[in-house]
Amino acid sequence: MRRTPEPIAWTGHVLILAVACIFPFVFPSPFMVNFGVLALFYAFIGQSWNIAGGFAGQLSFGHVVFFGAGAYASTILQVRFGVNPWIGLPVSAVAGGLVGWLIGYLSFRAGLRGSYFALITLAFAEMLRIIANSVEITGGGLGLLIPAKPSVANFQFPERVGFYFLILVLVTVSIAIAIWLKHSRFGAQLAAIRENEDAARALGINVFSEKLKILILSGALGGIGGCFFSQYFLYIDPIIVFGVDKSVEMLLVSMIGGAGTVYGPLIGAVLLAAISDTARVVTNIQGLSLVIYGGLLILIIAFLPNGLIDLIQRLTKRRPK
Amino acid sequence: MLAVNNLTKRFGGLTAVDHASLIVPEGKIIALIGPNGAGKTTLFACIAGFLSIDEGDVQFLTTSVKGRPVHEIARLGMVRTFQITQPFSRLTVHENIAVGAFQRYRHRKEAFAYAHEIAQQVGMGSILELPAAGLTVAMRKRLELARTLATAPKLLLLDEVMAGLNPTEISEIVDVIKNIRAQGVTILLIEHVMQAVMGLSEYLYVLSYGKIIAEGPPADVVRNPIVVEAYLGHGATGGDSGHA
Repeated sequence: MRRTPEPIAWTGHVLILAVACIFPFVFPSPFMVNFGVLALFYAFIGQSWNIAGGFAGQLSFGHVVFFGAGAYASTILQVRFGVNPWIGLPVSAVAGGLVGWLIGYLSFRAGLRGSYFALITLAFAEMLRIIANSVEITGGGLGLLIPAKPSVANFQFPERVGFYFLILVLVTVSIAIAIWLKHSRFGAQLAAIRENEDAARALGINVFSEKLKILILSGALGGIGGCFFSQYFLYIDPIIVFGVDKSVEMLLVSMIGGAGTVYGPLIGAVLLAAISDTARVVTNIQGLSLVIYGGLLILIIAFLPNGLIDLIQRLTKRRPK
Repeated sequence: MLAVNNLTKRFGGLTAVDHASLIVPEGKIIALIGPNGAGKTTLFACIAGFLSIDEGDVQFLTTSVKGRPVHEIARLGMVRTFQITQPFSRLTVHENIAVGAFQRYRHRKEAFAYAHEIAQQVGMGSILELPAAGLTVAMRKRLELARTLATAPKLLLLDEVMAGLNPTEISEIVDVIKNIRAQGVTILLIEHVMQAVMGLSEYLYVLSYGKIIAEGPPADVVRNPIVVEAYLGHGATGGDSGHA
């Protein structure tokens, strides 16, 4: 973000992907594969936040709204109507995208920016949480239980490693989107909007429609994340999929790793998963990992405002010269 | 190319621009001058679509642009700069200019190449990789100019691009502006610095309290007693202080 982007460095991307592919074979224990799945899952939903919040500057406090919409869309279809969850996957993307369109249309039309936009997303998330809590089709506060029928055709991989590779594919797609944003005209326009909306408008950028587009895309990714989450844990309820926790996690992994960067969410996610697993093994205090994570965020904002990726870049830049 | 007819803009009870009319013919450099608070920037904002127009009309090329959104007006070829510079702070100079160039070129390579060309034209070729946040005032003004220029405009609206610059910097930017005009871009500029306007523009409009009070070739306008009075106050025409 700080310097003119060079041509895409494919070797670096391929190397990272290769490491991710080998990981479950080097560490085949269920504990480690589960760690990998969670890290990649956070990376994916973090990237969903990042492409709107980091690349386009549309910071949201309630990004879980897209995630929850996707989770409920596919799970209701499956549990209530017997629709195969593989069909639910694209449906959840559409659901997340639709919610993105709705929130974007209303708030961007009204000219809400910055913290006002952030609060609107939070309000929508809370609204949907209360609705999900009160209507029958969502199972209310009891939530929805997906019956366990392990088979690949049913989106329930008998081996955890299946989930690992599925989420790896999703993360790869989301990173490809981020790379595209970094190098495309669309991405340049979003960066301009993030930095200064009036100046962007003056240069001929249709600020409203560009912001709407990115929020739909971000919402669709969030929705897919929701579908994956439901299938992995086989249970959702309003607090899990519309609660503030996930929104915070999404923006934390991006900001700690580096908002507006391609690999920021992945770096932040690996760290979050590592801290959360360690905290669970060492103590059994609920939510301790987020306390540690919050403290880390303060340190990072104070010393590395561009995220951990900045530190990594500084270290690797110095060595060759 | 641009015709503003009886444009009026009110803020509550205050009439900021009062039935102002002006014409910018193709290929010219036209200046709009006036004392502080005369309504110059408001008039600019109305022309470029940033503010709604209460009365009157703005014709650009062959159509009325009244009520059209800013980005559409910009795409038609009328682009403004800001008096208070609005850089994309965390982007580099090159990326800043490329945002403008992307309006013309779809592909990154072409846009960045064109942005490079524009940067050299305005004398920023050696600082392409600097972040915009760290630029001096003079360089920020140039960046404003470069970014708008990169959109390949037909008409540039320049809002005080010389304000806050020292005489050397002014003469440099005057050369840049002349060079832009030489490439066929029409220019309407708001300016405070009289000396610069005299050397640059072919025709002048003077705005005072929202009204166009005088117009004509620069040499005539500065001798006009009404103009001198607007700038220096009542009674100033009596002495020989009309060299403002």
